[in-house]
Amino acid sequence: MITIKLFAAMAEEAGLENIQIPYQEGLTTEGVKQWLTETYPTLAARVPAAMVAVNQTFVSTERMLMDEDEVAFIPPVSGG
Amino acid sequence: MSLFEIIETPIAVESVMNKVVHPNCGAINLFVGTVRELTKGKKTLHLEYAAYKEMAEKQLARIGEEISERCPEAIVAITHRIGRLEISDIAVVIAVATPHRADSYEYSRYAIERIKEIVPIWKKEHWETGEAWIGDQKEITAYPTGKPECANGGE
Repeated sequence: MITIKLFAAMAEEAGLENIQIPYQEGLTTEGVKQWLTETYPTLAARVPAAMVAVNQTFVSTERMLMDEDEVAFIPPVSGG
Repeated sequence: MSLFEIIETPIAVESVMNKVVHPNCGAINLFVGTVRELTKGKKTLHLEYAAYKEMAEKQLARIGEEISERCPEAIVAITHRIGRLEISDIAVVIAVATPHRADSYEYSRYAIERIKEIVPIWKKEHWETGEAWIGDQKEITAYPTGKPECANGGE
């Protein structure tokens, strides 16, 4: 399984913070983005603006995923 | 005792400071970030902070590493609070100890600026007129370069 984590406005718009999807050979971060956009059309505008982190590390390019990976969408941060 | 923490309870400023006390250091700079009532004339009633806790603590530690690369003698501790905060509540405390004072000022500022760039924490403003998750501190666009700068531990 792949765990998708959503935060802040994205979590609110999707109505949930954690989503689990089955792992498939060859799945990439781009594939997860596409799945998310298709499944939650209300997130379409926010997905491209979010950074992606795999297992709590930012990735700036498409990344191959492995089973049990955690893919987080990090919208613009506002801590401090 | 962790130097970099996300907590849901009020921050004890002195406890953060005590983590960085060291005989080699002659300066400790404390930055205390509090909840402001007025932003551009808009009145905040209270705030709500949320975090990707595990990653946020790692990113705070990364800020500490970045400071160590620039100033090996520096000792840094950062605690950020999440959950509901009222006006004037303390949201973040940064303690930077260095041998000499100039570095403690410099790296305290460095730390708060980096928090606003690379640490997955979000605030939701609650106003009299509504509420919204705030995208970024400048409220222009989140990642001006398209992504957080890579020195941050991205790849």
